[in-house]
Amino acid sequence: MFENLSLLQLQQYWWMIISLLGGLFVFMLFVQGGQTLLNALSANETEKTMMVNSLGRKWELGFTTLVLFGGALFAAFPLFYSTSFGGAYWVWMAILFCFIIQAVSYEYRIKPNNFFGQKTYEIFLYINGNIGVFLLGVAISTFFSGSEFFIDERNFSYWQNSLRGLEALLNPLNYLLGFALVFLSKILGALYFINNINYQDIQHRAINSIKFNMIAFLIFFLGFLVWVLTKDGFAINETGSIYIQPFKYLFNFLTMPIVLAMFLAGVAMVITAVFMTIRFNKSSCIKTGGMGAVLAVTALLLNVGLNNTAYYPSTFDLQSSLTIMNSSGSHYTLKVMGYVSLMVPFVLGYIVYAWYQMDKTKITKEEIEAPDAHNY
Amino acid sequence: MEETLVDWSRAQFALTSIYHFLFVPLTLGLGFIVAFMETIYVKTGDERWKQITKFWMTLFAINFAIGVATGIIMEFEFGTNWANYSWFVGDIFGAPLAIEGILAFFMESTFFAVMFFGWNKVSKGFHLLSTWLVAIGSNLSALWILVANGWMQHPVGMVFNPDTARNEMSNFWDVILSPVAVSKFLHTIGSGYVIASLFVVGISSWLILKNKDIWMAKKSMIIGATFGFITSLFIIFSGDESAHQVALTQPVKLAAMEGLYEGKKEAGIVAIGMLNPNKTLQNNENAYLFELEIPYILSFLGYHDINAYVPGLKDLVWGNSKQNIMSTEEKIQKGKLAVKAFKEYKNAKHADNHEKANEAKMVLDENMAYFGYGYLKKPEDVVPPVALTFYSFHLMVILGIWFMILFALVLFIVKKREISDYKLILRSALWSIPLGYIAAEAGWIVAEVGRQPWAVQDLMPVGVAVTNISSTNVMITFWLFAVLFTALLIAEIKIMAKQIKLGFEGGH
Ligand code: HDD
Ligand code: HEM
Ligand code: HEM
Repeated sequence: MFENLSLLQLQQYWWMIISLLGGLFVFMLFVQGGQTLLNALSANETEKTMMVNSLGRKWELGFTTLVLFGGALFAAFPLFYSTSFGGAYWVWMAILFCFIIQAVSYEYRIKPNNFFGQKTYEIFLYINGNIGVFLLGVAISTFFSGSEFFIDERNFSYWQNSLRGLEALLNPLNYLLGFALVFLSKILGALYFINNINYQDIQHRAINSIKFNMIAFLIFFLGFLVWVLTKDGFAINETGSIYIQPFKYLFNFLTMPIVLAMFLAGVAMVITAVFMTIRFNKSSCIKTGGMGAVLAVTALLLNVGLNNTAYYPSTFDLQSSLTIMNSSGSHYTLKVMGYVSLMVPFVLGYIVYAWYQMDKTKITKEEIEAPDAHNY
Repeated sequence: MEETLVDWSRAQFALTSIYHFLFVPLTLGLGFIVAFMETIYVKTGDERWKQITKFWMTLFAINFAIGVATGIIMEFEFGTNWANYSWFVGDIFGAPLAIEGILAFFMESTFFAVMFFGWNKVSKGFHLLSTWLVAIGSNLSALWILVANGWMQHPVGMVFNPDTARNEMSNFWDVILSPVAVSKFLHTIGSGYVIASLFVVGISSWLILKNKDIWMAKKSMIIGATFGFITSLFIIFSGDESAHQVALTQPVKLAAMEGLYEGKKEAGIVAIGMLNPNKTLQNNENAYLFELEIPYILSFLGYHDINAYVPGLKDLVWGNSKQNIMSTEEKIQKGKLAVKAFKEYKNAKHADNHEKANEAKMVLDENMAYFGYGYLKKPEDVVPPVALTFYSFHLMVILGIWFMILFALVLFIVKKREISDYKLILRSALWSIPLGYIAAEAGWIVAEVGRQPWAVQDLMPVGVAVTNISSTNVMITFWLFAVLFTALLIAEIKIMAKQIKLGFEGGH
């Protein structure tokens, strides 16, 4: 079936998969958001341990999504993999360090003789939740603001800024998405706790935390939207050259109404989830809110990659900008990987099944305090 | 490319992958051992087996966490530090990495959560299945990454496309069923099984020495030693097959492994030897200060024929017309032709000159097999560090034979005699735990240092593969990794030691 698709169709197909992965990853950032709330929402050690254990059964999924995100980009858009990871070296390294420290923290936090002490592992989780997420937002924001690189005729890339990616922090506009993502993840984290932990005090505090975080999120997110929808974008003409087009991203939404609908539905779902939780004390809104985040982020990534848009623009040399056409794998590889992608629904299927099996019973104080409990 | 940049990038890759491989093998093997144990528990319903399972599972989890922590950096490091490489072969190399994520890592991480927290939440059957799936998932991750590594050792199933300036996949099955990849996979997961068996047998020995939880320690020991004995035979056979593949595809590496300067028929293998540090390609000094040679074995190992001619480094560098071996100088000439034709092709395309482009393409196709040689400066550049490769190889083989003997002894004694009387055996088993890791890292040094200067055999030397970045950046990240990973390793060992001291009855 995939061999009948043209190269361009395969490229679009793969961009959609990447966008979906991006969406799922942002949803999974509820783990990071939750990590930043550990102290704020707990009054004692037991309560904190309940929250850590609630997140601890999920953190690997988010982590693995990030890994897959890297692998899928490598296979489908290798020129992005080489240009961005090799070029914006320090941003990605910083993000990776934030995730390395997360990976050991759950397992080692309260184990006896753990060398650094419990506090350190909790700080690791806090760093991962705040700085890791913020930097990811900044890195994605450069899809809209552009970077400085040059690509030669062998497709080898040369980064033109010696800050190697950290220069993105010099552009305040990139902070908008960074902070929006941080606050979104906190909201999702709180929604997750409310659903996963059967314990009144934590639920109350979680609801309260959402109120503030929602306001902060809306401010940064709307700021980001205003910026993106009014800014000039990087468009591709028929011959494949890149040019600047005013209101490109707004225009993209209007020419792809499905994507716009996805986006609006996603944002509406996040808002609904928050509203239902605060107003009516609903405890299962992580589903609506999470789905909303997936939809909105997927739509945003579709917007920046499809409809003849350069998704990784170079402000140093416009023609070096990456598009899904000039940065992809070959027809053969995209086709092979297309078949592999048929496994994705199956994988999602068993994840959902295992998740459901594990979360049928909520986390309670009794479970955490049980003598034979295996706790993080 | 700047010399120091290449060195720091290689050092960083070596550091991070060596760290990653300190944790991976235990995951590969202990996953299965724990699954066997839980199967016995489910079959017998004996609670003591549940305790045994939980004890080893706790150690599994401590190790697993840091394996994941060191893994994520590997995934991105091809891009961050080998950017040109990532473009040049990304069309082939990226696929197994992505498949690994989809098919293996999710399986591991999903069922890992069930395995640890599901004891009282899911049915016994589903729990057991999850434990098996974690083991299978880890071994699948090894499969795909080793396919990728096998491919860079011996690239197959692709064509060079001058328009995109990269190699493109032309046959997926050739890539994954390549004999190099298959033998690499089997030998490497085998190393994981042996290491995990050493771990189980060694720790059980310690518990017996301390007179703790004797019954459970003995049961664990029987499982570990049985698995270890079978897999140590397997590792010797698959090691032989690996050497055979090296002989066929990377003769320079084979010569370096054996410190063989002059090629010969009926070549023997040096069982124990010491290299002569003054030996060079140019002089005629003896290659060894002393050596103990087993005749014929090298010819047999390499080519499965005791009369086979095994080319030495001199033949491979200077050429040997009698044996029909092309000199490296000639390969460099062909490589230069290929690199030049590639440039001409690009220029002709730019100028819309199809005829010229076609001509250049023909020259390019003819010489493409030697493309990477075009970047070498002198023929001697194809020789990897001989001493490091030689000693690493011999250490690995000697240790492999020792492990087989050890497992056989332990198995015999624990079944037929009273093991607690054999203190020397118990101590040797304990002290063999680090030896397992040393053998595996030595194996990787053979594989990776032995293929220098190639990032992709014959197609791309490391100097071209590296990211364009100033070496200071890489130097800083190198030290950051060195400090962070070392700190995490210390934490891991301390936690692990504490859990072992708590024993089977302890909390986990
Ligand atoms: C416990 C670990 C262990 C043990 C006891 C052995 N090996 Fe090994 N060996 C490995 C662990 C390993 C490894 C870590 O898995 C390597 C590194 C790369 C690879 O493919 O496997 C390896 C590589 C490796 C290579 C290089 C493959 C290449 O360059 O692509 C050869 C030729 C052998 N081995 C041969 C042997 C032989 C003949 C052994 C006889 C006893 C042996 N190994 C024992
Ligand atoms: C986990 C086990 C591994 C270990 C211990 C290991 C070890 C090493 C070492 C010591 C080097 C430095 C060689 C030198 O510069 O002299 C190296 C380089 C490298 N290895 Fe590995 N390796 C491992 C697995 C892999 C795998 C699975 C791949 C690919 C899929 C890989 C790809 C590379 C690359 C790209 C380099 C840098 C380029 C080069 O120096 O050739 N390694 N590795
Ligand atoms: C140099 C190339 C390598 C890359 C890019 C790589 C990548 C990764 C990544 C990203 C993870 C974390 C997965 C997660 O999120 O759960 C991981 C873990 C793992 N890797 Fe590697 N890896 C490499 C080398 C190897 C080798 C050579 C093997 C086996 C022979 C291996 C086997 C495993 C296994 C079994 C795990 C499971 C986690 C654990 O051991 O604790 N990897 N690897």
